[in-house]
Amino acid sequence: MNGAIFNLALKSLGNRLFTVGLTVLAIAMSVTLFLAVDKIRTGARTSFSTTISGTDLIVGARSGSINLLLYSVFRIGDPTGAMSWESYERIAGAPGVEWAVPISLGDSHRGYRVVGTNNDYFERYRYGRDLPLAFRAGEAFGANEEGVVIGAQVASDLGYEIGKEISLSHGIGEVSFADHDEHPMLVTGILRPTGTPVDRSVHVTLEAIERIHDDVVEEDGHDEEHAYEPEQITAVFIGMEQPTLVLRLQRQVNTYPDEALSAIIPGVALMQLWEVVGAGEAAFGAISAFVILVGLISIATSLSASLNERRREMAILRAVGARPGHVFVLLVSEATAIAAAGAIAGIVLINLLFVLIAGGVQSRYGLTLASGGLSLTDMLTGVVVITSGTMMGILPARRALKNALADGLTVKL
Amino acid sequence: MTRAFAIEIDQLEFGWKPRQTLLRVERFELAAGERLFLVGPSGSGKSSLLSVIAGIAPASAGDICILDQDMGALSPARRDAFRADNLGVIFQLFNLVPYLTPLENVLLPCRFSPQRRKLAMANGSLGDEGRRLLMALGLDGDVVSRPSTELSVGQQQRVAAARALIGSPGLIIADEPTSALDADSRDNFIQLLQKECEAANSALLFVSHDQALGAFFDRRVDLSEINTAGRVSA
Repeated sequence: MNGAIFNLALKSLGNRLFTVGLTVLAIAMSVTLFLAVDKIRTGARTSFSTTISGTDLIVGARSGSINLLLYSVFRIGDPTGAMSWESYERIAGAPGVEWAVPISLGDSHRGYRVVGTNNDYFERYRYGRDLPLAFRAGEAFGANEEGVVIGAQVASDLGYEIGKEISLSHGIGEVSFADHDEHPMLVTGILRPTGTPVDRSVHVTLEAIERIHDDVVEEDGHDEEHAYEPEQITAVFIGMEQPTLVLRLQRQVNTYPDEALSAIIPGVALMQLWEVVGAGEAAFGAISAFVILVGLISIATSLSASLNERRREMAILRAVGARPGHVFVLLVSEATAIAAAGAIAGIVLINLLFVLIAGGVQSRYGLTLASGGLSLTDMLTGVVVITSGTMMGILPARRALKNALADGLTVKL
Repeated sequence: MTRAFAIEIDQLEFGWKPRQTLLRVERFELAAGERLFLVGPSGSGKSSLLSVIAGIAPASAGDICILDQDMGALSPARRDAFRADNLGVIFQLFNLVPYLTPLENVLLPCRFSPQRRKLAMANGSLGDEGRRLLMALGLDGDVVSRPSTELSVGQQQRVAAARALIGSPGLIIADEPTSALDADSRDNFIQLLQKECEAANSALLFVSHDQALGAFFDRRVDLSEINTAGRVSA
């Protein structure tokens, strides 16, 4: 019997395809928004937490730990300051330090961040589950001061191959007013994709970075013999011989008397970042959940609005033997069907959308969006939307029930 | 199955609200298989009477038996099931569920009554019986598959009659079924309806304010004469 009622419900909805379609669309959109927020959040967390591993400490000019983490690892924002090469050498020589890789930031090449570093970077940097960087073609700078190692995304976006001559610009941005053609650089290596900001980085030697800054700051003497040691760098990635030594060195760096420095533990800074971002995420989550609620209320609205013109229909159903309960079930079934159609459409839409944009988001923002079928959140959201949509049907169903009982056999229209 | 009465009313009182009496009928009978013309002008208590007979509203006092079943003894849910099994109803207008085809409208009672479903399928499939009834009422092949909303009023009333008749219920209630029809199709409709009621051995309670239609029936009763509710309070 209830199967027959559900069948009636579907036919009734089909008869009101336009208004029902609009309601379904509203729910589909709200579900899409909600799941998009969730998927981007999950994707961002996964991407961020797999970007760096194996580095015990990051040292830079004194700043907040989140800021230092963002610019040194994720290449987001600008460095707050520089640290001296002397400090770098002191830290690198501290007891317990296994390795220390200097990096120098603040320049760009055609919109991609330039990272000044040395050959150790390619040995020591780890991402994901302790994965090392690998070369797709070529090799590290070696002894070549003009050597350039580009990330996989840079190579594919700009179409660079080994041996390509490029020039660097001072500052960060797509368009630069100070290209330095007089010092062409040579691509010596192309890295394999990592899914981290490394893919979108152009790695050069510290010497090359120094030279750019010489050009800008002091025009004279830039062709003099280069100081082998740069005057300053931006940050240092440090690996310790024993994990137990990390906290001691961190304390020493933070209280270093000769220069204001900060040392952060990447995992701890990441946790702090999540705490900050968490509030925003919660706000977005709440807003998108409310949007779903609005979509669900539109079920009750559209069904209630249809009730008056359907009084005759209910009287006919009553006359052929439908119980008031059948009328109730009919309305609730319609709500369920609308909610289910909206939820399924929304889930399909968001997954299609993410399959379409995943590549673009990965290359542009370095964000790996989870793709590959239904997530647990998708299914849970579907279940919750269908359940609450069904409950939204109860309100109009109760009114229809009341009407059916009051109208008797004849409806005066 | 020999029944004495399709409808038997004894000292019936009814009102939609407590202490309201819109209907007081001392005695009213419709024999099984009989076809009766009930004159019911508006305000005569017609809606009340039909709702009570159909078991949609319970009587406030007195007895009402439909096809030998005491309606007062049934719970509301059982009355609904009883109506599905034993009653066919034709309204004045807007008889069809708009999102169902004419044939689906005809077969609608079979969704709610296994008994009528079984009876309708006695001579073949459900669809065949529905089409046979529509044909018998003068609706040919291509009408049954058109959207119900595209049918003329006359065609809609025939579909409603077929729906009332399917599965041979013991009692057909027709509430002003011809008031929107022109004279020719009205006469034709009444004759076909009577014929099919006779074939199905269904009693017919035909309600109308139009005295002229009484000529088509063996017996006629004036509701304003048997309903004494208005008179007593006046």
